[in-house]
Amino acid sequence: MNRKTLAAAFPVTVPVLMGYLAIGMAFGLMLQSIGYGVGWAVLMSAVIYAGSGQYLGVSLLAAGAPLTQVAFLTLMVNFRHLVYGLSMLEKFRGMGLRKFYMIFSLTDETYALLSSARAPEGVEEHDFFFAVALLDQSYWVLGSAVGSLLGSALGFDTTGVDFAMTALFLVIAVGQWRAAGSHIPALLGGAATLASLLVVGAEDMLLPALAIIVIALTLLRPRLDEKHEREEETPCP
Amino acid sequence: MPLTPVQTLASIAVMAVVTFLTRALPFLLFDRGDHPPKLVLYLGRVLPPAIIAMLIVYCLKGVTFTTLGGWVPPLAAGLAAVLLHLWKGNDLISIFGATVFYMVLVQGVFA
Repeated sequence: MNRKTLAAAFPVTVPVLMGYLAIGMAFGLMLQSIGYGVGWAVLMSAVIYAGSGQYLGVSLLAAGAPLTQVAFLTLMVNFRHLVYGLSMLEKFRGMGLRKFYMIFSLTDETYALLSSARAPEGVEEHDFFFAVALLDQSYWVLGSAVGSLLGSALGFDTTGVDFAMTALFLVIAVGQWRAAGSHIPALLGGAATLASLLVVGAEDMLLPALAIIVIALTLLRPRLDEKHEREEETPCP
Repeated sequence: MPLTPVQTLASIAVMAVVTFLTRALPFLLFDRGDHPPKLVLYLGRVLPPAIIAMLIVYCLKGVTFTTLGGWVPPLAAGLAAVLLHLWKGNDLISIFGATVFYMVLVQGVFA
């Protein structure tokens, strides 16, 4: 990858730079608060590379969760990535070995950049995509390391820092709520999980909740899908 | 740290593999020009908001109503996150503002 490509990709990634440094730092701090130092933070950010997934990972490590639960919860929190891949099938075609990295590094933010940003004149598009993805992950790893080091150097009371995960999901939910054609999926998800929590308790709440959600959404498809298709057909005024 | 280093590495490996699989699955299934089934596309569109709502409830599972400190900090900080986000629309301000507010509440006010 040449300097010209990096120079073209960098300005596009600046918003992600700010975001990943900050959210990565919160991750480093959270991990530090349960006793894992900077090496662990860098390792997780290098090989997992998922914001909400790693936040959840901290609570799983803190709880000493069994591997089956780790696998299941990681699957749930990353489920939305399936959608991202579907819309990147064309863009990544013909990228050779770099395609593996592109798929590995397809986070929410990189997805957002790749969906909208265009390679400037004279820069090969696939090089540009690769540079954007690589820069984004470097910010994430850097943020995680800085957060972890700050946590151990300052030694301040980090009680409550885990609320960053709740806040992150709330922020995602607000964005989804505004963009959604129907609020039924979000309301259903909340209600089903609450019901599951009350019936089976906090330990095993997620699997029943997810089962209810998938079954209910499949049954509601005639209604929700029809609405979506109608909206697509209606031209904007 | 309830886990040994080896157990921790195993957990991290599972997270890494599962995360990669969720990203790779569409490419494994549909990269040969096949059109994804309509049900998959539909679920891919309606599941994310439902799952985020599920995770919010999961995050708040420890809320109790026996003491004020059991429910006021998460409720107040959660509202702060939503209001900050509606007002400024900036992820960082919302997440950091709400988290710092929560930390002040649990460490200072309801300690």
